[in-house]
Amino acid sequence: MSEPFEKVVARHGDVVLRVCRVLLGAHDAEDAWSETFLAALRAYPDLPDTANTEAWLVTIAHRKAIDVLRARKRLPAPVEEVPEAPTALGVPGDKDADLWQAVAALPDKQRQAVAYHYVAGLPYAEIAVILGGTTDAARRAAADGIKSLRKNYQGAAMEGAPS
Amino acid sequence: MNVIPDYLTSPSDAGTLARLRAGLERAAEAEGLLDVAYTTVDSPVGPLLLAATPKGLVRVAYDIEDHDRVLNTLAQRLSPRVLRAPKRLDAAARELDEYFGGRRQAFDLPLDLSLSRGFRQLVQRHLPEIGYGQTRTYGQVAALVGNPKAVRAVGTACATNPLPLVVPCHRVLPASGGPGRYVGGQEAKVTLLTLEAG
Repeated sequence: MSEPFEKVVARHGDVVLRVCRVLLGAHDAEDAWSETFLAALRAYPDLPDTANTEAWLVTIAHRKAIDVLRARKRLPAPVEEVPEAPTALGVPGDKDADLWQAVAALPDKQRQAVAYHYVAGLPYAEIAVILGGTTDAARRAAADGIKSLRKNYQGAAMEGAPS
Repeated sequence: MNVIPDYLTSPSDAGTLARLRAGLERAAEAEGLLDVAYTTVDSPVGPLLLAATPKGLVRVAYDIEDHDRVLNTLAQRLSPRVLRAPKRLDAAARELDEYFGGRRQAFDLPLDLSLSRGFRQLVQRHLPEIGYGQTRTYGQVAALVGNPKAVRAVGTACATNPLPLVVPCHRVLPASGGPGRYVGGQEAKVTLLTLEAG
């Protein structure tokens, strides 16, 4: 790529953070964002000019988020150093905490498909490449995720949004 | 199927993004990935773009050069790892401020001359020998670099100087009189010559 990386951060920083928030919750999202953009900066000179920069960033964020999720699963039961760790879900004191709870309860594939389609706006064909599997499977995972969110999240803030 | 929680698509908090952006700048510098750092500063000759590699100041650009275009060129010629990172430009910004305030007559900054080559770079290396408040003609500079016939090439070297102000091409004038052309525009050249004559 031959465009200044600054423009990539300006153009995609917001959407990548929102994707990370859906994947990991607000707290871990910040670490994932930082690792994603640092890795992207490192690899950027080798990115072909024809590449879809946003899909590329989302792919990196996907891998970073998986690392975080794996690390979480390896974590033993709470140890004494972190007795009062705040929840990793949602923004503290956020009225949408219930939504984050519902997003976090989704199976990984559904949460990822929801993030990449509804937040990043990627087409299902791109999402299929990131998740592995078919375009139809990616579409189904996103649809199932949204259905489940509607069922489990009874908050008032259900509004229309562009697909 | 389009009904989804509004919160998922609402923009991130600007303060959070600014904090993350600042963290990226620090991490990039620490990891040696900040190939080109830049900032913009205000000055009596308009907004100036300052850019530096790890070696030193590599570009000073006037507004009329179009800062976006200059950044694109830096990305193509040096590295696309270009980030707004004012810290690396602190010393350059301070020395320019002192210069415009009449408190500095020479710049003491590490320079990266890798944007120019050959004869042009040779000329640019010699330009700082023209002291504050002095001027030379293009012909005199050609003689200074040991090639008295290369008057036109000296003109090109001045016109393509990647470090105006710091490498003082504004002190080179046509023998026929008048301020002559300048990368920052004739008005800027007159402003600088007037400042230095003060």
